[in-house]
Amino acid sequence: MSVRIADSERWLGRLFLAPAVAYIFALVGLPFLLAVAYSFTNASISSSHTTFVGLANFRGLVADPAFRRALANTFLFAIVSQALVIVLSSVLAVGLNRDFPGKWFVRLLVLLPWVAPVSLGSIGWLWIFDSIYSVINWTLRALGIFGQGVWPIWLGQPILAMAAIICVQVWRTMPLATVILLGGLSSIPDDIHDAAEIDGASFFRHLFQITLPLVLPIVLVAVLFGLVFACTDMIVVYVLTRGGPYDSTHVLSSLAFFKGVEGGDLAGGAAATLFLLPVLAAAAILMLRLARRTEVT
Amino acid sequence: MGGRVRGANALAAVGNFGAVAALSGFCAFPFFWMLITTFKQTRDLLDPDHNPFVYHEPATLENLRVLFGETLFTEWVTNTLLVGVMVVVITLILALPAGYSLARLSGGAGEHLAIGIFLTYLVPPTILFIPLSRIVGLLGLQDSLWSLVLVYPSFTVPFCTWLLMGFFKAIPKDLEEAAMVDGLSRLGAFVRVILPMSVAGILTVVIFSFTLVMQEFVYALTFITSAKNFTISIGVPAFLVRGDVYFWGSLMGACFIASVPIAILYNLFVDRFISGFTVGAVKG
Repeated sequence: MSVRIADSERWLGRLFLAPAVAYIFALVGLPFLLAVAYSFTNASISSSHTTFVGLANFRGLVADPAFRRALANTFLFAIVSQALVIVLSSVLAVGLNRDFPGKWFVRLLVLLPWVAPVSLGSIGWLWIFDSIYSVINWTLRALGIFGQGVWPIWLGQPILAMAAIICVQVWRTMPLATVILLGGLSSIPDDIHDAAEIDGASFFRHLFQITLPLVLPIVLVAVLFGLVFACTDMIVVYVLTRGGPYDSTHVLSSLAFFKGVEGGDLAGGAAATLFLLPVLAAAAILMLRLARRTEVT
Repeated sequence: MGGRVRGANALAAVGNFGAVAALSGFCAFPFFWMLITTFKQTRDLLDPDHNPFVYHEPATLENLRVLFGETLFTEWVTNTLLVGVMVVVITLILALPAGYSLARLSGGAGEHLAIGIFLTYLVPPTILFIPLSRIVGLLGLQDSLWSLVLVYPSFTVPFCTWLLMGFFKAIPKDLEEAAMVDGLSRLGAFVRVILPMSVAGILTVVIFSFTLVMQEFVYALTFITSAKNFTISIGVPAFLVRGDVYFWGSLMGACFIASVPIAILYNLFVDRFISGFTVGAVKG
């Protein structure tokens, strides 16, 4: 009898899949629905009595200048960092695509920021950006680029702090984009490169007219992942500035953390994170399109 | 004409070299800096007139002694390893059959389901940590490592299922069919034929689940409150804010020790990992 069950492919297929699907539903689907439900109530850590409040949380957020600032920061942070990542990682991937001695070591160096726990890498940067002992400031002064009175406090001024946060985000997502692009570059058949070589195409013509168009779908994958990670990340902000100075560097997720967990306002925090939904939905739809398009070919 | 092209190509090669050197330097610099800082004496570190690239006083192991002797660093490492092992086991138990099912047993509906599972990877902890903190509270798991063991598979399982599906699809179907002709059931073929052939895939899943666990920050910060239950990723930043004194030497040592070994391991497996990201986009 048990042999019959094991042989019945459809049932075995369902049996194999059910635990994973159930787990994902219980720990992703359910909390997600709960987050939506919270956002329409006044749930908080301190009170056990919750009532339906309609759109009050969302209205409250939109009227809150700190939230509007965080929303704007999230987009600024995600778009600027990912634009830089795409340019830099393309350059790096093209450079790493040829063989040279010690390539594995260079690749290890490039991977470090992605593999190391982000909170620890960010602490490394906290020391590099230190207000008194910043190695950046010391070096630039030693080189004569900074004069006597110039000693920027990187994490203490709103614009510099945002720039520092973007720099660290570029640093930690560039490796992923680079390896994704490298995967794409190495999937281009060699004969295409050989043909271009024989036709005497210059390096740049080769790059812009042959290589880049062929890896475009993969560049899109890298951009989408980068944007989703950047929009939803709070670690860099949490470690470097905790949203300061004067709440000027919060992004949506760090604001939601301080509201929902440290402040105990579950409903407000949940509502704040749901502003991410349009971005995530757009990313999901683009991914699906991309998957379908490549399936056809 | 040919000379001009060759000249441009030589220029491009030099530019390439410079760009790779500069960008990999940017990637590696913080780790280099952690290493330098770890062995410096505090007096040497905290003198603004000292050239920070040079050791003005003899190198010291004092910072590492403080890290291992006077902080909970070893506990945090143990906690992280413990959670990592449990999460890896749960992930394998759930993702191996699911990946096989999607690759071989589910037909057309499986394709949609597979994409659905992959997309849950895009639902970020940011949206889930508030409701999950309530769920963890209801289950009585606050401030317990079990809360992390329970929640972490929610992000390792979708990605690993997707990765393993790709691995199983790459194994020729004839192998199982031959085994089944020889009298094994489908289940038997999966356990005795497919699993032993998938050691590389399984190892990849182990490494990636483990790195994801080491990286995780938001859930641990939300669920865990007492220092002895911290994981590395929240323990070291918490150690930083204790008191007004920053123990930069010990901090940087902790960051370096927790980052570099795992990166070396990861480097060996990265190509397989990339195929997981691009499996949809590069179908040759």
